Amino acid sequence: MAKQGWDEFEIGSLLRSFDGKIDKCPAHTPQRDRSYSENNSHVASVADWRLIKPVYNKDYCIDCQFCWVYCPDVSIISRDKKMIGIDMDHCKGCGICVEVCPTNPKSLLMFPEQADEETELASWPTKDEEEE
Amino acid sequence: MAFDKMELKDIEVWDGNHAAAQAMRQAQIDVVAAYPITPSTPIVEGYAKFKADNYVEGEFVMVESEHAAMSGCVGAAAAGGRVATATSSQGLALMAEVLYQASGMRLPIVLNLVNRALAAPLNVNGDHSDMYMVRDSGWIQFDAFSPQEAYDLNLIAFRVSEDHDVRIPAIINQDGFITSHTAQGVHTLSDDVAYNFVGEYKPMNDMLDFENPVTHGVQTEEDWHFEHKARQHNDMMTIVPGKIEEVFADFEKLTGRKYNKVECYDMNDADVAVVCMGTSVETAREVATEMRAKGIKAGVVGIRVFRPFPFFEIAEAIKDIKAVAVLDRCAPGGAAGTLFNEISGSLYNTDLKIALSGYIYGLGGRDLTKAHLVDLFNELQANADAGKVLTQQQQFIGVRGPKLAYL
Ligand code: SF4
Ligand code: SF4
Repeated sequence: MAKQGWDEFEIGSLLRSFDGKIDKCPAHTPQRDRSYSENNSHVASVADWRLIKPVYNKDYCIDCQFCWVYCPDVSIISRDKKMIGIDMDHCKGCGICVEVCPTNPKSLLMFPEQADEETELASWPTKDEEEE
Repeated sequence: MAFDKMELKDIEVWDGNHAAAQAMRQAQIDVVAAYPITPSTPIVEGYAKFKADNYVEGEFVMVESEHAAMSGCVGAAAAGGRVATATSSQGLALMAEVLYQASGMRLPIVLNLVNRALAAPLNVNGDHSDMYMVRDSGWIQFDAFSPQEAYDLNLIAFRVSEDHDVRIPAIINQDGFITSHTAQGVHTLSDDVAYNFVGEYKPMNDMLDFENPVTHGVQTEEDWHFEHKARQHNDMMTIVPGKIEEVFADFEKLTGRKYNKVECYDMNDADVAVVCMGTSVETAREVATEMRAKGIKAGVVGIRVFRPFPFFEIAEAIKDIKAVAVLDRCAPGGAAGTLFNEISGSLYNTDLKIALSGYIYGLGGRDLTKAHLVDLFNELQANADAGKVLTQQQQFIGVRGPKLAYL
């Protein structure tokens, strides 16, 4: 954001989420088509706040949407009720999605931030028979 | 939901609290979030009764503290409604954090502040400690000396504060008990005339405008905070004074009642003058008139607008006066009185040579009597004759024990 002088911005400590007017209900516009302003947190990456990260394995996912409902940072990307992946720019690594994922084995698991996704997917745990 | 209008007589007998509550009713406020505290309680209570009796359409939110009251006001103002509340003393102290939020977020809110001392020792009576405590909070501050003025200044405050060039919250001060609980004749406006003067609320950057989503109350650090505060100050210094004058002029056209940022009484040919606020202004005027009969040309300056401080108007008002006493109704806490400081500041870079002295008086509701003021005017006349302040610069009026004088 350009460093403007005191007389060059809107009064009040406010930021606009979008450039210009939007449709009354932005939920009807797919995220990629929304005119997010440069001040919107959508365009800011906070990935470096994260110490551990979720990895998604689509082979076991049943698209139940639990992770999408529970993620406190709206970082589960879902389209047409299908789980697509994780918004790694905004995920904080809280692990709630993993906790609520009902499949066995889980379709989401937490790994250290530096873990390699391909390697972890290749050695994904198998069904846990003893799980209650 | 429809609400009822109230038939008012041309002159009603109202105390300052009731006058403020009536003005709030007439302004058709969207949200009042409030928590009662002496001596401002009857404003909140009176407004709640108007609501219960269907004279108010807006929301009345009873909250759990003054901090919550002002927080509710901030939320409602950001959402895009006309908002007001009332408090005193400790209640204002608890609100103080949120007052800075309101002004920094440029939200127009009207706050009736019924002035009361700050504990300890606990005290419910009037002095100006609470008014002074939030002097740097970025709010506009009006001062009413009587119930009539409390009524008028409420209507004026909405107009000034909500103007889109201003968008700065406003406090209307009145003295605890002496104004707030003293019934006097108040010239009223009909509900329609009063509302038309205040005007329909025009939202700006409101959160309920879904087509223009906005985040209020953002965080800024060393890279932006300074610019925001600079702008707030600039607008207070350059935009608000003119807007206040404009609204005062409109109000005079409507009612014939003329307000000035600095209220001068018998100042044109005065040799000595007292500068003060609140009900003391009326007492000082009465004594000044009596002093003239005794051959002392006395005048009085009342501060109507405490923030933004009327530096130029004050300098103009006292430029030909030989000796001026500035009265501060607040414990100075190791400094000169606030009003004394402001007035010194407004004179410093002028060529004026005025014998300026400061007095602390009336703490915790201690009376300022006519006898006190007679002594004061005599002391000022001695200063005027000598062409300098013969006493120490800061003295106390009306306190028991050995005489106190400093600086
Ligand atoms: S780890 Fe937490 S923040 Fe990240 S996707 Fe899962 S629930 Fe959301
Ligand atoms: S909770 Fe698990 S199974 Fe359900 S959609 Fe999310 S990843 Fe897929």
